[in-house]
Amino acid sequence: MLGNGKSVADMIPGETAIIAGFSDPELSVKLLEMGFLPGTAIRFNFTAPLGDPVCVSVSGYDLSLRIAEAAVISILN
Amino acid sequence: MSSVRRMKIALAGKPNSGKSSLFNRLTGLKQKVGNFPGVTVDKRTGLCQLNGHPESEIIDLPGTYSLYPRSLDERIVAEIFANPHHREYPDKVVLIADATNLKSCLLLLTQLIDIHIPTVLALNMVDLAAKSGLSIDVKKLSAALEVPVVLINARQGYGLDVLKKLLAEPLQPSSKKIFSIAPEIQPAVSFIRKEFLLTSDYAAYQYLQQTNYLNFLTRQQKESIQEVARQYGIFPGKYQGAETINRYGFIQDILNKVILRLPDPEWKKFSYRLDSIFTHKIGGYLIFFGVLFLIFQSIFAWALIPMDFIDRSFAYLSTYLTNTLPEGPLFELIAKGIVPGIGGIAIFVPQIAMLFAFISILEETGYMARVVFLMDKIMSKVGLNGKSVVPLMSGWACAIPAIMATRTIDNWKDRLITIFVTPFMSCSARLPVFTILVALIVPDNKLFGFFNLQGLALMGLYLLGFLAAILSALVMKFLIHTKERSYLIMEMPTYRMPKWSNVGYTIVEKTKTFVFEAGKVILAISIILWVLASYGPVQDMNGAKETVQNDTRNLGLTKQAFEDKVAAYKLEHSYAGIIGKTMEPAIRPLGYDWKIGIALITSFAAREVFVGTIATIYSLGSTEDQPTIKNRLKSEINPETGGPRFTPAVGFSLLVFYTLAMQCASTLAIVKRETKGWKWPLLQLGYMTGLAYLSAFIVYQVFS
Repeated sequence: MLGNGKSVADMIPGETAIIAGFSDPELSVKLLEMGFLPGTAIRFNFTAPLGDPVCVSVSGYDLSLRIAEAAVISILN
Repeated sequence: MSSVRRMKIALAGKPNSGKSSLFNRLTGLKQKVGNFPGVTVDKRTGLCQLNGHPESEIIDLPGTYSLYPRSLDERIVAEIFANPHHREYPDKVVLIADATNLKSCLLLLTQLIDIHIPTVLALNMVDLAAKSGLSIDVKKLSAALEVPVVLINARQGYGLDVLKKLLAEPLQPSSKKIFSIAPEIQPAVSFIRKEFLLTSDYAAYQYLQQTNYLNFLTRQQKESIQEVARQYGIFPGKYQGAETINRYGFIQDILNKVILRLPDPEWKKFSYRLDSIFTHKIGGYLIFFGVLFLIFQSIFAWALIPMDFIDRSFAYLSTYLTNTLPEGPLFELIAKGIVPGIGGIAIFVPQIAMLFAFISILEETGYMARVVFLMDKIMSKVGLNGKSVVPLMSGWACAIPAIMATRTIDNWKDRLITIFVTPFMSCSARLPVFTILVALIVPDNKLFGFFNLQGLALMGLYLLGFLAAILSALVMKFLIHTKERSYLIMEMPTYRMPKWSNVGYTIVEKTKTFVFEAGKVILAISIILWVLASYGPVQDMNGAKETVQNDTRNLGLTKQAFEDKVAAYKLEHSYAGIIGKTMEPAIRPLGYDWKIGIALITSFAAREVFVGTIATIYSLGSTEDQPTIKNRLKSEINPETGGPRFTPAVGFSLLVFYTLAMQCASTLAIVKRETKGWKWPLLQLGYMTGLAYLSAFIVYQVFS
């Protein structure tokens, strides 16, 4: 397991972390293209009213992700 | 004189980078929407006069992050760039990048450089970049990429003259090689490159990486490429992750050198503050429902004024032509078949234009991404997707543009379910039917002195359609199985004021699509139906006048009343009338007679034809005057009971039937096109009509 076992889904609004890697190869190619690169900073901005999806900032812009997608991005913090 | 081949310039870039603004700026009104050959992807092209050169053709490619497609629309981008022999292969490319968000915009550029195609980098939104405090060394960036860089502001037109000048001059592709192909597969790449006469190794590499997405390849070609790929142990997507990391590494190195000052992290503060309002737990939904209410109000109140005008104009034209053209079947076809048919299309233009004005404004401002964000969780519970919201909303105006709007949904299952249930949303063609039937059976009283009963009934029908859509989606969620995963990774653009000319272009584009796509089917069907309703077995039709004369000799009818009687008699004995009578046993359990049966048949061109047919069959001539029709329907007697024909039970049964039934040939045609076959439109027809029949049956039996 990369990182300390935590993923973007475990972050709280306002928190910043470093992307460590991905636990899902299929989704990882898509995430990489959108700028989720290992070693880059990611900021967790806020969640939708029902807790899913979430809004994050990465590589200089804002993106929304479902919690299930956020859970495949492991982080170092 | 042989004409010089027009230079082709493609606009490429990721979504939200300002591509449409630039396209509209360059081409103005000289643009049109077609289809890429063989696929249902909108191809927007236009002409642009470059300095001192003949007009060039500008192609607006679908927005994409890279050459690896995520949705149907994006595949065309990979297809074009992988194939130098493609009809749309451009001579030059303008890559539009959002200057405030350069990193992810440059990924596609590095791929284009490797494809070895002459490219210009247009840095857009330089005003926002300046406001954010960002500062870029453009000369250094251009030198590092070996690509000319132009600063533009596509919304205000800044920098376009420089861009045009640059495009008019000869342009060399960058000689950079950014991504190095793994040495162990180089022989395979070289082989493919030679075999298909490609201009770059990277294009050949694309053939090996995503063979199945390249539709221009024949099956044999695909098989032989896959054979080569197998020999070298290449499988789709094998190197994609490594490639992306490699490219971003290159981009980051350059950015580290050329970015003189990073943006102030505070610059998006205002956008975030808006987000805290628009995505608020309660406020967010309240605002969204407020927006929906506004859209509803505009479609159902404000649009009625121009619609009424169009309706009157076509009715006048039809009457005028009937009276002035000489007698004969051809002239009758023009006056009574074609003109009303075109009128039946034109009448929906105001509603469609207004709906797309709203949708376009919501998209321009960035609010639409927040709607997707708010609704995704709820929608995915019933097998839909946050991105299904726009198609479903559009369905209130017309299912045709709505179904075309589903192309933004990447996941096939989600898209299919959205397409399948969208026609349940009560479209504007149902409204005239609803209005007349509700006025007929629901008293014009106020509930608690406040709620108008008729208004409540109408709202109930819209709700019924919406619930049918949601519940059907839920059922389909469990019936359709797919290996493809649904995901929602989407940019949340910074809020901006809408650019009104972009809104205008969208309105024109969508309205045109509706008029031509739906129009041709509606027109064709209305002509067929007109023939069915005007012709019948010769002996019955020829004797119409005499028979009616004999029957009504002692009634002392006016000339108009007599002719209306003849028209009703002719309709009764026409082929449509015969079909109506034949199907009477089938619709009797719903409370309908053959007269209503005829109206059901003619509704297949467009539902609102119901009103006109009812008017004709009850000898009202071609009136569309509501009180007249209402009073006539009220006085119609059911010979079996001696009571009124249109009892509340019959009325409610009809309302439920019209809410749920698939009675729109043009929708079926679009569904066939979007799903590439007859399977889904036929299932949709069977399912919706079956559900409508069953529900109408239950309603009639319960109420009567």
